[in-house]
Amino acid sequence: MSPLLKIDRLKFAYDSKPLIKDINFSISNLEFVGLIGPNGSGKSTLLKLMGGILKCDQGQIDFKGNPINSIHKKELAQSLTWIPQDHPMVFPFTVQEIVMMGRHPYLTPLSFEADDDLQIVQEAMERTQTLQFSERYFNEISGGEKQRVMLASAIAQKPEIMLLDEPTSALDLKYQIQILNILKCLNEQNKITIVMALHDLNLASRYCQRLILLQDGDIVSDGAPNDVLQKEIIEKVYGVEVELQNHNGGILVHPVKEL
Amino acid sequence: MGLNSYKFKLGLFFLFFVATFCVTPLIGSTHINLSNALAGGVNAPNNLDANILFQVRLPRILLGALTGAALSVAGAVFQALLRNDLAAPFTLGVSSGAALGAVLAIVLNINLSIMGFPVISFFSFVGAIGAIFLVFSLVRTRHGEFPTGILLLAGVTANFFFAAMVMFLHYIADFSQSFRIIRWLMGGLDITDYKTVFSIAPMVFIGMGLLGYVSRDLNLISTGVHSATSRGVNVPQVQKIGFITASLITGTVVSITGPIGFVGLIAPHIVRLFVGPDLRILIPASMFFGASFLVLCDTVARTIIAPTEIPVGIITAMIGGPFFVWLLKRKRAV
Repeated sequence: MSPLLKIDRLKFAYDSKPLIKDINFSISNLEFVGLIGPNGSGKSTLLKLMGGILKCDQGQIDFKGNPINSIHKKELAQSLTWIPQDHPMVFPFTVQEIVMMGRHPYLTPLSFEADDDLQIVQEAMERTQTLQFSERYFNEISGGEKQRVMLASAIAQKPEIMLLDEPTSALDLKYQIQILNILKCLNEQNKITIVMALHDLNLASRYCQRLILLQDGDIVSDGAPNDVLQKEIIEKVYGVEVELQNHNGGILVHPVKEL
Repeated sequence: MGLNSYKFKLGLFFLFFVATFCVTPLIGSTHINLSNALAGGVNAPNNLDANILFQVRLPRILLGALTGAALSVAGAVFQALLRNDLAAPFTLGVSSGAALGAVLAIVLNINLSIMGFPVISFFSFVGAIGAIFLVFSLVRTRHGEFPTGILLLAGVTANFFFAAMVMFLHYIADFSQSFRIIRWLMGGLDITDYKTVFSIAPMVFIGMGLLGYVSRDLNLISTGVHSATSRGVNVPQVQKIGFITASLITGTVVSITGPIGFVGLIAPHIVRLFVGPDLRILIPASMFFGASFLVLCDTVARTIIAPTEIPVGIITAMIGGPFFVWLLKRKRAV
């Protein structure tokens, strides 16, 4: 069976500054993958390329065997979704309206959402515990609530694969765990493949089956968390002396001092 | 939004428009006898009541409705596309391009009509189109998307540039030209006949229809271009349709009426307070409200110091500004 996403000799530059340099890897069905790496290593750019939001300069990204940019946008959006890191909103949309936007790929112009769309949106909001504030304005809820609302919107899109850019950044401990638990549940019960960029190596090792470590637009290491999170590798990539500790099957990374 | 609440809310705006359209023709500096006017009909040269109603007031009200509708819809669309609630139909330079064209025609003293339009309208339409092309050619798209920040800057710069040219032409113009320039720049609905109204109506209605057709795509773009892409919106295509169409309907009405300010900025805001930011209802509701708002303002302009008529552009901001502030305070307090 062909992989869900196949990234082949991918290159991308922004204003002639290379951000992604010749990357190859594949994402198989039902994987739970974390993209890790220092700031500016290319995690966000790579996710946008994988989501068909940016077009690559060279190389190719195939989704289920077809070049991602050749797939009709609406058709692609029925299988793949991308969730940005922050959600600036100018206009006073309600939480429910935002979640309902996830149904866009299934609606024709001028059509209104039907009862089953409402049903799907309702379920997505229950799933993410956002139903109780569905009538509030998106602008007026907290950061953790916003992130859950965007997740609900993505769930309503009924995708096979979700790409998330730092879903837990700027959230407190409880919300971080909450979001990651929802993602884990989506992966196990709803059979949704998850690829997310993460800063927190400890959370990454605890939740992800596979980590891809990026540095300056290149893949440094790709594999199970125990293989990727090695003392020498982390110290080299992050420029920080670290101590590693095994904890409940995961790895805890303690930064000690700058190298 | 459910279909029933949609129909109900839009219905209210439609009724408001119908009421405005029925009442305002009866108001004016001269009292008219309605039954006499209706008995006379559209073509009754000897019936004074019918003449005032059908040849003076009605075409002016139709032009006002068309202009208000076009500017309000364009305003709502520009605000969504630029993700900026201070955007207006004139933000990207369409009106100042139109002004330059009109002023050029006045200063050059050209007196003829081109394709049935007065030369000033023709020149200002060309100016509006020129401004659209200039602004969009200055902006390089990235991955097919318009960088909205740069687009705003280009529009504001074009506005200043055209305004400077207008000022220069105004400075070298003679006294009577200068008066005509000032009058054009104030904007007004006073030069009207049915032919003008019917010649711009198709353009405006097709444009508004097209914008309504992409309204759900515009909703998603108003929340962010990248997330819109990941929801299946063809962002570059919708941006092109939106920017060009909204600019075109703006240029079309402005070339006839001159730059009537404020309505395109504020009508979408007022409507948004009642129906929310969903463009599927905001666009048609802004169309009805903008039409009513401008017709009502023009009724005030026609009558407030009758028999002298003042340009409607003065009234829109003078009445609309305080009204909006009052509404905003009231709505926020609730």
